[in-house]
Amino acid sequence: MRTLKFLLQKEFRQIFRDPAMLRIIFLMPMMQLLFLPLAADYEMKNIKLSIVDLDNSSYSRQLVSKITASSYFQLTGFSSSYKTAMTDIEEDRSDLILTIPSRFEKDLVRDNENTLFMSVNAINGVKANLGGAYLGTIIQDFNREVRLKWIQFPRMNPEPVVDVTYSNWFNPLMNYKHFMVPGILVVLVTMVGSFLATLNIVKEKEIGTIEQINVTPIKRHYFILGKLIPFWILGMMILSIGLLIARIVYGISPLGHFYVIYIFAAVYLLAILGLGLLISNYTSNQQQAMLISFFLMMVFILLSGLYTSIDSMPYWARMLTRLNPVTYFVDVMRLVVLKGSGLKDISSHLLTMLGFGLVLNGWAVLSYHKRN
Amino acid sequence: MKQFFSFVKKEFYHITRDKRTLFILLVMPVAQILIFGFALTNEVKNSAIAILDQSKDEASTELIREIDASDYFTIEKQLSSYKEIEPEFRKGKIKMVLVFPQRFSEDLRHFNAAQIQLISDASDPNVANTINSYASSIIIDYQNRINTDLKLPYTIKTEYRMLYNPQLKGAYSFVPGVMSMILLLICTMMTAITIVKEKEIGTMEVMLVSPVKPLKIVVAKAVPYLLLSVINICSILLLSVFALDVPVNGSITLLLLESILFTLTSLALGLLISTGTDSQQTAMFISLTGMFLPTVMLSGFMFPIENMPWALQMISNIVPAKWYYIIVKSVMIKGVGFFAIWKETLILAGMMLFLLALSIKKFKIRLA
Repeated sequence: MRTLKFLLQKEFRQIFRDPAMLRIIFLMPMMQLLFLPLAADYEMKNIKLSIVDLDNSSYSRQLVSKITASSYFQLTGFSSSYKTAMTDIEEDRSDLILTIPSRFEKDLVRDNENTLFMSVNAINGVKANLGGAYLGTIIQDFNREVRLKWIQFPRMNPEPVVDVTYSNWFNPLMNYKHFMVPGILVVLVTMVGSFLATLNIVKEKEIGTIEQINVTPIKRHYFILGKLIPFWILGMMILSIGLLIARIVYGISPLGHFYVIYIFAAVYLLAILGLGLLISNYTSNQQQAMLISFFLMMVFILLSGLYTSIDSMPYWARMLTRLNPVTYFVDVMRLVVLKGSGLKDISSHLLTMLGFGLVLNGWAVLSYHKRN
Repeated sequence: MKQFFSFVKKEFYHITRDKRTLFILLVMPVAQILIFGFALTNEVKNSAIAILDQSKDEASTELIREIDASDYFTIEKQLSSYKEIEPEFRKGKIKMVLVFPQRFSEDLRHFNAAQIQLISDASDPNVANTINSYASSIIIDYQNRINTDLKLPYTIKTEYRMLYNPQLKGAYSFVPGVMSMILLLICTMMTAITIVKEKEIGTMEVMLVSPVKPLKIVVAKAVPYLLLSVINICSILLLSVFALDVPVNGSITLLLLESILFTLTSLALGLLISTGTDSQQTAMFISLTGMFLPTVMLSGFMFPIENMPWALQMISNIVPAKWYYIIVKSVMIKGVGFFAIWKETLILAGMMLFLLALSIKKFKIRLA
């Protein structure tokens, strides 16, 4: 036990002797937590719309003013032909073209039906879908108004109608920040913890100080523990500051208990740090360690369900996310913060993470050899 | 010039001697573009839902069957009372519960009006919104089908044309995004690290006391990484065309030239980071932890920039990946020529020159 104490003392001294690094470790994640969640908003506002009005009748003008009155669309301008409107899309000045054919009003009245044309920039499929759907709804509303002018509807529905009501639980205001802040915090804690742990042992290898430790009677598991504990404490500190920022800046306080988050985070950090140490053991210089860790982190973070939904991924990718520790923590954070889930609800996640932790750290201890 | 080439040669030795690093540098982008290209999509599919059917009659059964048959939903569970809904959400798997009231069929037939309640887990507002609209469009389809004999007068139809990406594939927007992210991070990180590494192990001092101009030393360091990036760009493009079915509609030469410009910008950024740091750890921390999330979130490929608050939109202008992302999207997928992207190109070129000038100015010939 005394050995461990000295080892810890050494590690902490190393950390505190590089104040520039220490500042970066704390400031960088906090800065990002302060402004990045504001960027995360999928809700479509300000869809840029070009209109080609070949009819120029009272109907077409009514439709246009109805569209511009909604908050979803921003009218970029009227074009005289589809071709000029198309250059707007090519140069990213516009996302959507609505073409109103000539004789739109006359033919609608004469033939009882008419067609509008909508061209959507679909490079981002979801945006295109939603933009098209919004415009479709406005057009349908307009259609109803037109009909009301011509015919009188009976009081009872003339046809069977299924009335759909929506209730949005847990986040009735559909506030995206409540969803993103906990997730981004997880990413920041993960990146800081794992990069630092990964670089640590390999740095000692690179500058040769590991030889000095290898010739002492220090046991392997003490050595690993000595490396693990300081970063574990750092990670927990960053998590706490992050939760504080979430509270003060974004007004997000978990519906569930803090202790659930902390218990899970404690186990999670063990697993993530164990992985870092493992990489450190298998690489010979900091560059290699960084690259491998960077590769894993990028895959872990982008496939964690933080940004895109896991359910939509192909089968093999969904299986891959089961091996991804970040997925579990993102999920737990959101469950506890937004839904108030307790220890019992997340118990299977917790056990899985415990398994990760034991395997990775056990492996890290076994793969650390005192001989070259 | 001879001096310069011998320095470039030295850098190549550095890289080729560390086989493991070289391997990672060449394989990593390939693996990432494959994994992300196939797995990342902001579509919402296969959402797990639960049904609370209190009527269990003809109409409700048919609607449930139709919802189950769509790609968007997978029915995971049948609930029997309202009380079960909340615990189910709390476990996190179920995204929505469809509630059919009692006597659904009868209401529909006799009163021409029946109700369905959609309760969704809105902790992810995007998913909630999307599956709400999917479910209601299935319900509207059902309703229209039982009303086929009725035709309303004065109908305005809308015809949609999805430009560039008619199948609405996620890869069309994610491949350009992942491309800009990988190029930026790898180039920045590697240049920053190789220079700082020489500082750390002391060989920088040896070079600085030699008669070679410091500028040459630094530029020589960037050359091998530029070459490596060109190889990576080619492999990424080949993969996206042949494995991911994302076309290159515009000119390949233009795309390659723009990519080289972007790589140079990233190298200049790495250079700047290296002048301000003196340990590999710090350099890496700044170039990865500092740039990863801002690049992902502010370059516009995850979240639309026009939705962001004004201040963030301004900040996004200094993210080089944003401009490159626009360029790649335009050339690769829209197939437009240089005239449509000259502004973005100019901005990137300006950024590169600015970063380069700044780092040359900050480059210290003397070690502290």
